[in-house]
Amino acid sequence: MTLRDIINKLLRRQQSSANTARQRLQLVLAHDRTDLSTDLLDQMRKEILEVVAKYVEIDMEEGAVSLETEDRMTALVANLPIKRTLSGEIKLKATEEGQPISHAPSNNQD
Amino acid sequence: MATDTRVILICSGKGGVGKTTLTANLGISLARQGASTAVLDADFGLRNLDLLLGLENRIVYTAQEVLEENCRLDQALVKHKQESNLALLPAGNPRMLDWLKPEDMKKIVEMLSDQFNYVLIDCPAGVEDGFKNAMAACKEAIIVTNPEVSAVRDADRVIGLLNTQGVKPVQLVLNRVRPKMMANQEMLSVNDVTDILALPLLGLVLEDEQVIVSTNRGEPLTLNSSNSPAARCYSNIAKRLAGENIPLIDPSKEETSFGDKFRRLMQTKIF
Repeated sequence: MTLRDIINKLLRRQQSSANTARQRLQLVLAHDRTDLSTDLLDQMRKEILEVVAKYVEIDMEEGAVSLETEDRMTALVANLPIKRTLSGEIKLKATEEGQPISHAPSNNQD
Repeated sequence: MATDTRVILICSGKGGVGKTTLTANLGISLARQGASTAVLDADFGLRNLDLLLGLENRIVYTAQEVLEENCRLDQALVKHKQESNLALLPAGNPRMLDWLKPEDMKKIVEMLSDQFNYVLIDCPAGVEDGFKNAMAACKEAIIVTNPEVSAVRDADRVIGLLNTQGVKPVQLVLNRVRPKMMANQEMLSVNDVTDILALPLLGLVLEDEQVIVSTNRGEPLTLNSSNSPAARCYSNIAKRLAGENIPLIDPSKEETSFGDKFRRLMQTKIF
């Protein structure tokens, strides 16, 4: 954070246009690179939340699933605040169904 | 085919970011360093490289006549008036749209590689056939972009395509840099662009009114040892391309008035 950012924050001024440009670009490139539309991402977000909600009680309003890119790699990042676990109420299923949920970044060079 | 010939594609995706100006100036700079250099205008629908080099009245044949064996390669090559190490080859003229295929491009570049140390291909804008033809023939690439959202987005698309084709190295030239606007955080910074595109920076070119003046005259800035900001940038890029270790310009040090010092203070990282 730079001195300018702090002053802007204190004065509640608008953020610099270069910052806005960077954020907009990062978002649009994450979508360009994965070729994933906002509708699809939204659908995926809902389904992920549903699955997670089976195991833990989460704040449906606060949950965020987004795409982030770094070094031309795109990662699906889910930030889901947990209110409490439901572990006592659910039983462990047969192991062959229990595929681990991977959180691996996808390489999207093509 | 001479294996050590460097065939470099100069591309950007978006139009008007400075591909042709960079090609012309790099061509002149490399030739002045003593390397025999050919510049190939792959954008024959809207060709302009001849105009920037002041050679528009000397074109008789194009690469198409060479491939059809209606003339020899040396008849189609247009030698630069002052810089005898530099030659221009137009791929075609606007009347013959659609003749060029990736195979044709490869053949032309192979023929040029026998005679030249450097072959610079001025790529058309866009990511369609014109770009794909030009990409087929190159070994390495330079991406030209401006610190603007649309130019960076299009550059990203082109980088993806070059990566799938296995073109490397791919290096970045950031064109039309305005140090004052960067200091004011009104323009994407050099780091912003290199971070987003994840490419090594070959150089930056400062915004410079002299570029327009030189275009008017058909004499690239690097031709007359001009000491204008952009001319210095172009010749540094040519030297780096040839392997010399020239440090990058720091845009924040380009301005030194009180206002600029104040702006730099404002940019100081606190945490």
